[in-house]
Amino acid sequence: MPEFTFSPAQEMLRKAVREFVEKEIEPIAHKIDAENSCPMDVFRKMGALGFAGVIVPKEYGGAGLGLTERAIILEETARHAAGFAMTLMTHQLGIEVLLSYGSEEQKRKYLPELASGKKLGGLAVTEPSGGSDVGGQQSTGELKDGKWVLNGRKCFITNSSEADVCVVTVRTGEDAKGRPSFSAFIIEKGTPGFAPGREEDKFGLRGSGTGDLSLNNCQAGEDAVLGGVGNGTKMALAAISKVGRTGMSAISVGILRGCLEEGVRFAKERVLYGKPIAKLQAIQLEIARNRVDYEAARLLTYYAIGLKDAGGSCDAEIATAKYFSTEAAVRAAKRTMDLMGGYGVVNDYPVGRYLRDALATIPSGGTSHVMQLVIAGQTLA
Amino acid sequence: MKGLNISVLVKPVPDPGCYESIQIDPQTGILVREGLPNILNPADKHALEAALQLVEQHSGRVVMVSMAPPNALETVKEGLAMGADEAWLLSDRAFAGADTLATSRVLAAGIKKLGLCDLVLAGSESADGGTAHVPSQVGEILGISHLTNVTWLNIDTDANVRARMKMENGYIEVEGALPMVIGVSRGMNVPRYTSLPGILAAQDKPVKVLGLNNLGLDPGSVGLAGSPTQPGKLSRPELKRQGERLEGEPAELAKRIVAIMRSSGVLS
Repeated sequence: MPEFTFSPAQEMLRKAVREFVEKEIEPIAHKIDAENSCPMDVFRKMGALGFAGVIVPKEYGGAGLGLTERAIILEETARHAAGFAMTLMTHQLGIEVLLSYGSEEQKRKYLPELASGKKLGGLAVTEPSGGSDVGGQQSTGELKDGKWVLNGRKCFITNSSEADVCVVTVRTGEDAKGRPSFSAFIIEKGTPGFAPGREEDKFGLRGSGTGDLSLNNCQAGEDAVLGGVGNGTKMALAAISKVGRTGMSAISVGILRGCLEEGVRFAKERVLYGKPIAKLQAIQLEIARNRVDYEAARLLTYYAIGLKDAGGSCDAEIATAKYFSTEAAVRAAKRTMDLMGGYGVVNDYPVGRYLRDALATIPSGGTSHVMQLVIAGQTLA
Repeated sequence: MKGLNISVLVKPVPDPGCYESIQIDPQTGILVREGLPNILNPADKHALEAALQLVEQHSGRVVMVSMAPPNALETVKEGLAMGADEAWLLSDRAFAGADTLATSRVLAAGIKKLGLCDLVLAGSESADGGTAHVPSQVGEILGISHLTNVTWLNIDTDANVRARMKMENGYIEVEGALPMVIGVSRGMNVPRYTSLPGILAAQDKPVKVLGLNNLGLDPGSVGLAGSPTQPGKLSRPELKRQGERLEGEPAELAKRIVAIMRSSGVLS
């Protein structure tokens, strides 16, 4: 096993993002959560600094870096505001499908403004019939007089109201075996017949808008088809594994670090029986468990992402990281609340938010049950 | 004026997030820096920001000069990521244990080696030592004008300098001419964030590491050997609360309270 270290440039990136997050995001993290509002001005600033377009190649206005650097940015952002990190994560999910499947013309048209944060991206797959059941999508696309006419309803879509450019999958026909086949379309905000619907009032990861998108005779030209007709399922699943699950895993590592750091801070400050509670063995055990969960999640996450950056096939490793990290974040947040006693449930402290955010990371990008099925499937294959 | 050649003095200092783990060597009384994560001295980032803005205005070049151990190189590179063009790291075992005067000798030698520039900027004080000696000492050693605690700075195209120095009860506006050493106060500007393109560009910017021999300095003038000030004995002050009950008429009590405050040094 090689030594697990980040490069000097990656460490510098971490410091730079941390400084930005501590100055621009941490002071408003409580407000973002309380008001369930996404600070788009902060997103634009992150875009201007190159953080939003980290995985976009230089020729399209990005930094041309990999998922490891992206995970560093997401972890640092989620350390203080996992909900806002979710907005950034999903933006990059939209970027990924354009990057991997877009034509040269589509890349030149959309990627520069997405990379610079002038526009926000998104990906809409989930429907009321389910998210992981990709084949159950009911939304349709019909080719009429050279135009695709899209109809249906998407739900639980992150950035649903804010996204300027959204990749939407719909059923467009059947494959050779008679199974439904799906295609992806690039739809811009304001396109007639395409509109955000109701916003969910989530209890965690607040600050990233999540809601419905309706397609009501929405017309899309053939140039809006992404990756060829009939390839929508493949590209959505690949992007969700590669960018969605690694992103959720990195966000969970950020929450875990928050739990560890806030727990340590509280344990050193809170005096009971004449000494800081950090001196009590019962508290030390909680801190130790938080440290173990953080370290393990961090290693699993960056290991899986490293494999992906190296070009390997690693769906099981990614699912393992996502499953462990999101569940560990819940455990750590609960533990941190426990060691804080009554203060743990007071909203002046962020740990209650960490618990809500951690719980909300579990269904995002596939539940723990689905992750275990992916792991088992690969293990038993 | 054909652009400005600016040197910015920067110092890696311990990350405030790790202050709890800082140790002082009981023998030397000097901070044990090994193993501590560093950041760029916050005031120096304001100096660098001022330099970058001046070069954006007048064109020119910004070179950072730092006296620090080799492992501080990555911290110094953070200034390159902010936008500086080049970094000179003055690093030698002989420089260890330097007080501000010995440090200033090394920094001044680095600036001379660089080819005396138009302007030297530095943070007015460091977050660790906090003596605020270095900008003035470097100016004296170089034999050029120097200002410190500068909160506002303007340099026109004829190289005339106007600056505002923060004082205890106000400020002083001064006028002068380049070359000059200026200690920048944190109030001057808001340092820019480090961007991702900046980080990538920094990896390819030139960094020069120079030691005692390169600078032509006398070993006795640098490091612990060249430091006229030495840390004294360290002790932890004993803080005790003490109560004293006074009884009497209010006017008389007020006089006694003032007298107690004077005798204890609270009032002069």
